Order: sequence, then C-alpha cells, then structure tokens
Amino acid sequence: MTLQTSRRGFLLAGGLSALAVGFTPGGRLAAGTPASHAFNPFVTIDSDGRVTVIVKHFEMGQGTSTGLPTLVAEELDADWEQIAVAFAPADNRRYANLAFGIQSTGGSTAIANSFLQYRQAGAAARDLLVRAAAGIWGADPADITVQKGMVGHGGKTLGFGALAAAAAGLTPAEAPRLKDPSAFRLIGDPKLPRKDSQDKTDGRARFAMDMKLPGMVVCVLKRPPRFGARVRQLDSSGAEGLPGFVGAKSLPDASGVAVYGKDSWSAIRARDAIEVDWDMTQAENRHSDRMLSDHLALLAAPHYQARKQVDPAETAAALAGAAKVVEAEFHFPFLAHAPMEPLVCVIEPTAQGVRLYDGSQFPANTQPTVAELLGLEVERVEIETLYAGGSFGRRATPNSDYQAEAAMAFALLGGETPVKLVWTREDDLGGGYYRPMAAHRARIALDQDGRIRGWDHRLATKSILKGSPFESFLVHDGVDHTSVEGLADSPYALPAFSVGLSDFETPIPVLWWRSVGHTHNAYAMEVMMDLAAEAAGQDPVAYRLSYLEGEDKDRRRLTGVLKLAAEKAGWSGPTAPNRGRGVAVHKSFDSYVAEVVEVSGHDGAIRIEKVTCAVDCGLPVNPDIIKAQMEGGIGYGLGAVMRNEITLSGGEVEQLNFPDYEPLRIADIGPIEVHILPSAEAPTGVGEPGLPPAGPALANAIRALSGTTATQLPMIKGGIAFS
Amino acid sequence: MSLTLHINGETHSVDAEEDTPLLWVIRDDLDMTGTKFGCGVAACGSCTVLVDGIATRSCQTYLSDLEDSQVTTIEGIRGPVADAVQQAWRDLDVVQCGYCQSGQILSAVSLLSEVPKPSDADIDAAMAGNVCRCATYRRIRAAIHRAAAKLES
Repeated sequence: MTLQTSRRGFLLAGGLSALAVGFTPGGRLAAGTPASHAFNPFVTIDSDGRVTVIVKHFEMGQGTSTGLPTLVAEELDADWEQIAVAFAPADNRRYANLAFGIQSTGGSTAIANSFLQYRQAGAAARDLLVRAAAGIWGADPADITVQKGMVGHGGKTLGFGALAAAAAGLTPAEAPRLKDPSAFRLIGDPKLPRKDSQDKTDGRARFAMDMKLPGMVVCVLKRPPRFGARVRQLDSSGAEGLPGFVGAKSLPDASGVAVYGKDSWSAIRARDAIEVDWDMTQAENRHSDRMLSDHLALLAAPHYQARKQVDPAETAAALAGAAKVVEAEFHFPFLAHAPMEPLVCVIEPTAQGVRLYDGSQFPANTQPTVAELLGLEVERVEIETLYAGGSFGRRATPNSDYQAEAAMAFALLGGETPVKLVWTREDDLGGGYYRPMAAHRARIALDQDGRIRGWDHRLATKSILKGSPFESFLVHDGVDHTSVEGLADSPYALPAFSVGLSDFETPIPVLWWRSVGHTHNAYAMEVMMDLAAEAAGQDPVAYRLSYLEGEDKDRRRLTGVLKLAAEKAGWSGPTAPNRGRGVAVHKSFDSYVAEVVEVSGHDGAIRIEKVTCAVDCGLPVNPDIIKAQMEGGIGYGLGAVMRNEITLSGGEVEQLNFPDYEPLRIADIGPIEVHILPSAEAPTGVGEPGLPPAGPALANAIRALSGTTATQLPMIKGGIAFS
Repeated sequence: MSLTLHINGETHSVDAEEDTPLLWVIRDDLDMTGTKFGCGVAACGSCTVLVDGIATRSCQTYLSDLEDSQVTTIEGIRGPVADAVQQAWRDLDVVQCGYCQSGQILSAVSLLSEVPKPSDADIDAAMAGNVCRCATYRRIRAAIHRAAAKLES
C-alpha cells in the first residue's frame, strides 16, 4: 500500500465525487467533499472505494501510520487492503494531540489520545454510507450490513466508492454509535500487517533526507566546538574553488556558519575547508568529570522537595533509627538520541510563503517558529510531513532547532532558493539536546525485619523544561516534573519517602530522550529495590509485590505485569549454572511493564541471553506493534546503559560518530519475549514504557551473577565487560 | 570529470571527482534514494549496496574503485534470494522507522547468496555492520532464517 505523503496529493486524488469526514475546530463531526475545504478531514473515500486515513501524528517507526488507520477501519468495517494513509498538514486546531492541545507527537500518546476520535470518524463515515445506501435501496438503515468494505441489504451490495458521493450530501450524526469491543475485528488482530512495510522494504519510503527540489542547494552548518560559542570571524577562502561550493555565511545569531553546496557532498567537503574563529567567552568549558562532581555537590542541599506530602525530617529520623541502611550513588551520563536518519529539513518558497518537508514531530512549534524567523503569518508556513528515520525525542525540540536553522539558511540565501539543511552524524552526536546528565544518591532505612521505614532520595540534573514554552504546564513550585517522573510519583507504598531535587546549570541543551526522566529514575529506583530486598534477605519479586498490595489501580496493574513476567521467565525455578536473572517493574506514560533479564558470564564478560517482558497498556490495539515497541525500547535502553555516554573534554564533545558511541548491534542481544496482559482499560502508550525497566533489570541480573552493582553508567565505565 | 558506473544493470555516465563516495552519486546525482546516509564512516551500514554481489558500504567506496564493477541498490535487487528476503521482512513486519532497512536487506541478500542456511553466528557476523536504532534485530534474525527456509523448500 503506497503511503500518500502529500496533502495536495490526497485532495487531488480524492476528486469531486468523494466523501470526506472530519471534525470542525469545535470538535463536531463534519462531512462533505474534500474540495469543499470547509474542514480538514480525518477520512476520505474516493469514488473507486479507496479509503484514506489522514494521520495527525508523524511516523518515526512507532507504528502510528498503522495504528490510527486501524481505529478508522474498525468502525468503518473497511477491508484493510482498501485503506491508504496520508500524513496531516500543519493545522494546530484540527489535528491537535488531544493529550496536549497542540499538534504534536510524543509522550507515548498517539493511540491513547486518538482512540475515540479516530473511531468516531470511522463510525461517522460508516453511518453516512449506510444512510446513503438506505436511500438508494429504500431500506431501513437498521437492516443494512457493512462487511469488509461492502455495504449490503437483502442480497444487494455496493462498495464504498459507489456510495461516497451520495453520502457526502448527508449530515453526519452527532454521536455515531461506536462498536462494543467484543465486536472488534481489526483492533487486537495480532496479524494485521503494518501499512509501511512495503515501502520500507523496497526503497520507496520517502524521508526528508530523500527530498530533492529543482534548483535546491544543500546546507550544512559549521558548528561551534563548544556549546555557547559564537562566530567571531569566518574565513571561507579554503573552500573557494572546490567543486560545487556555493558559499558560506554566518548565521544571524552567530551560532554557526551556513555552508552551501550544490549537493550534499559538495557542502560537507566545503565545510571542512572553512575556518572559523570562535568567541568562547560564554561557552561551556568544563570537562564532564567536573560536571559530574558539580552534580554530586548539589545533592548535599536539594533546591526543591518533590514530595510535598513528606517532611524530610521524618525521613532523617527513620534513617537515624534504622537497623540497617542501604545506600548507593548513581551516575548517569549525557546521552545522544542518534536516530538513524540524521536531522534534516527542506524549505522551499511558495506563492504565499514557504513549505517545509520534514519528519515533523511538533508542527505546533515549528510553524510559528519558522513564521517568526521569516516574518510570515503562521498559516503561510506549510509543512509536509514525511517519514522520520527515528526520533526517540530528538525531533521534538521546543525551539524547533533544526527547522529554525533551515529557515535561517533559506533567508540568508535570499529566500528564493530551496534549501536542504542536513545534519551529519558528527553534528548529531556533537550537537547537544542530550538526555541530561544526572546524579542520584539514595539511602533506605530498614527495620529489623527488612521492611522499609524511610527512603531519602536525592538527585541533581538539568531541567529540560525550564525556559521552554512548556514550563508553565510541567514545572510546579520549581520542580520540573520530567526530572522526577517515575520516582516522586512511584506507586510503591513507601513510608517517609522523600525526593530532593537540585537543578544543574549548563549551556548544553538537554531534551527528552525516549522515556525522559524515567530513563534514570527507574534505574535508580529499581536497583535500590533490589539492594533493599537483598539486605532484607528476600526474593526481589516477592519483596516488590509486598509494596504493591491493595486495591490501588497502579499497584494492581504493576502486580499483574510483575507476576506475569516472573512466571514466563521461570523466576521461581532454578537458574542455570553461570547464569543470573534480574527483574524490574515500572509504570510510565500510563503503561505498566515488568522485565526479567537473564545473563551469562564468560571469562568475566557478560552476555544478555534473554529478556522476558510483560506489558499492560490497556486494550491492545495492534498487538504486534506493541511487541515491536517493547523490543525496540528494551534494545534502545540496554545499548545505552551498556556502553553509551557523551563526554566533554574542555567543553568539547568527545564522541562524534558511531565508533565512539557504539550502538547496540545484532550480536549484543538474545531473544526478547513479550507478553501482553489482556485488558479492557483505555489504551495507553507503548513507544517509551518498554525502556525504563530494561536497564535496572540488566543491572540486577549482573549483580545476581557476579555481585557487582552497576551504579555508574555506562556499565563498561564501571568495569563491566560484555561479550 | 566524466566517469562510467554500472548500477542496477544500467550504465550511467556521471560528472564527478574520482574521490566522491558512491553513496552521494547514487543519491544526489542519480536520484536513487533507497540507499541511505547514516554516518559517512562505514560504521552503521545504512548505505549498504552490493558491489559484484558483496555487501559494501557505499559511503566509503569511491568512484575510482568501481571500474568494471556491477553495483546493485535496493531499487535494483531481483531474483529468488531478494524476493525471499523482502517477503520475509514483510511477513514478520520487521521495519519500524525503516531508515536502515535497505542496508539490512542488502546485507541479508549478500549473506544468503553466500551461505544458504546461516546459523545465528553467521547472521551475527554478516549483519554486525548494520545498525538499527529501533533495535529490530530479533526480527531481522528471524526474517533471515525464514527466508533461508523458504529458499530451501
């Protein structure tokens, strides 16, 4: 199935006789022909019967271009084969993520916020087709059936295409009836194929990196060697005369130099030949070891208490009176997202303004950012969303960093030449927007029976959200929720549990990285739970379960996944010689995941033999995609804790390409088995929740095998070797 | 200067320097964008093509190295091995973001052309140079075994 990636494409393909169903900005269902332009549609039906689902979330691999069409096709009773997909244009009002109120993808919200909306659109379209058929046949709509794209009554059948024109003249129901989940046919089908598999296996899938426009020049930026440095002087004489070199200009904010070439290679090569004198007076000049000790120093006196319900004096008293204290200090490095497709944005002039070609994660931010830079009205910036070659959070910057660079580079050339702004891998790894460095120190007070009486948890990290447009939503009383998520709001029933937070300051830009604060908070929390269980002389699963008792919904669901993962991993049985098993369980993005990692040891090196995962994400919409996201989250998380870190020497990033930032490779990981808990709860996220338990489960497995607790990440830095 | 390349059974004359990486000629000059740029230093495998049937990183292959060689990209793979690999990839829905998958598929085709029934160790060795940040590795391994089984039957 070919993916239509152009709004103009699907509107033209639709033709005058087709049906479009969508919502008004006020949220009311609307229908008509696509040409009427009265609203932006969620579903269109062509006269040949093709159904196009307009997907408001971008596709970075998480499966949204299959998931949202599943919701429509289910309620429409369409044949899966007749469903085509198109990405929505930038339109903040019609295509808002209902979880955030703006057009954006992130926080593992795509299915959760779309579940009712896209089903309503499908149900409305079905109802219109049924009423159109009833009119033609003179039948009662209640007697009309729809099956696999065919509308029928008393032996007569018509396809959707034949009914689309008549249906477009009807008024949609205000609240079309949605199916009872027991009638779901596509939702929950474990074999429903992805819509993007064909294009992504024959080379036809189009990413922003693949765009080429007539007359386009390619731009790479010469970036400062240290964060916060500014261009003092530019000398491009070395590039003069190189084949394809077009020119070089300092960006208006002096943050870098735009180097233009007639194609990618010309621009990349010219960049190497250009000399820049940098003003380093405002730059980050520290070594990352120094930054770590600065983080640790901040733990002595937390800036904020993230759990207002607990008096830290109560925690201190529990520790003072403890029979035993379990303590550990954790170091987490900066991490780069390193999506396979380096960042890229193409910008071209249009009659009214500009058009961007982008794997656009935050159209709501990008559209006004580019408009402001170019002095345009917001609606004069069009965005055509293409497939994104991964993101893991990187394409969702609050300041639309790389799209803004594209706009600046475009304006510098005069605003008439299409410009493709390309990042190389060196730009990507050296360019910041990292998962922030973090340091944690935790002290747990245990009584004679090994029960937790108090827990003093402190961490220092740079706030992701302070200074961003999202500060007012997610920073309260000084506490950036993303710094403490998964820790301060832990569902474990813990007495005298205090969380002290200090903000670290640096010009290095930081950003959400797949599962955000959970990346370090779950690690510290779940390793500490294991250390406490060990000190108490109890089984790690049983010990955790004892803090998850009762009717609280979160505890009940965490218990469910923990028991299932333990059972499937054979937790209660003996471990084979030279093997170790570790467990972790965590709630993030409203989903619940437990993982058991089994490792073996060979000549002092660790090998990951198997990962068993249990997930409760509510009603499973696309079970195979849920499994894929768990597999991906686990792999992404394990690779990072094993060996990834961004370090700085004198302010300069030391890892600039994959050999220095070695990603997880095929031989690093054995089988991953994913089990999905059946559930009738509303569906929740899967893109991120697979990641948080993976790292601590590995750490706990290594400790079970070797006695070494991995508290300094990456693990290889703490002396752990992998084979 | 004008150089001759043989790609996907066709002969192309391109105007480029001898030290230009094959990757950029394929993508920017010949507009075949299925071959991807990922790192530029032959460390990720996104740019993998077949040169005389062998998986090769096109970002570190220079035009001067390709005299008389036959280059095959994702757009040009044909035959039973390619068909089996691509079908296995689709049957198992291997892809996520998909950006690395052209390279993964070409490495798999190269492997199965040499070793019709690869072991896990064979797969690990042949696919070691192909990074997938989405970590689709479990499915890649399963898809290669599936393609091998199909080719055997």
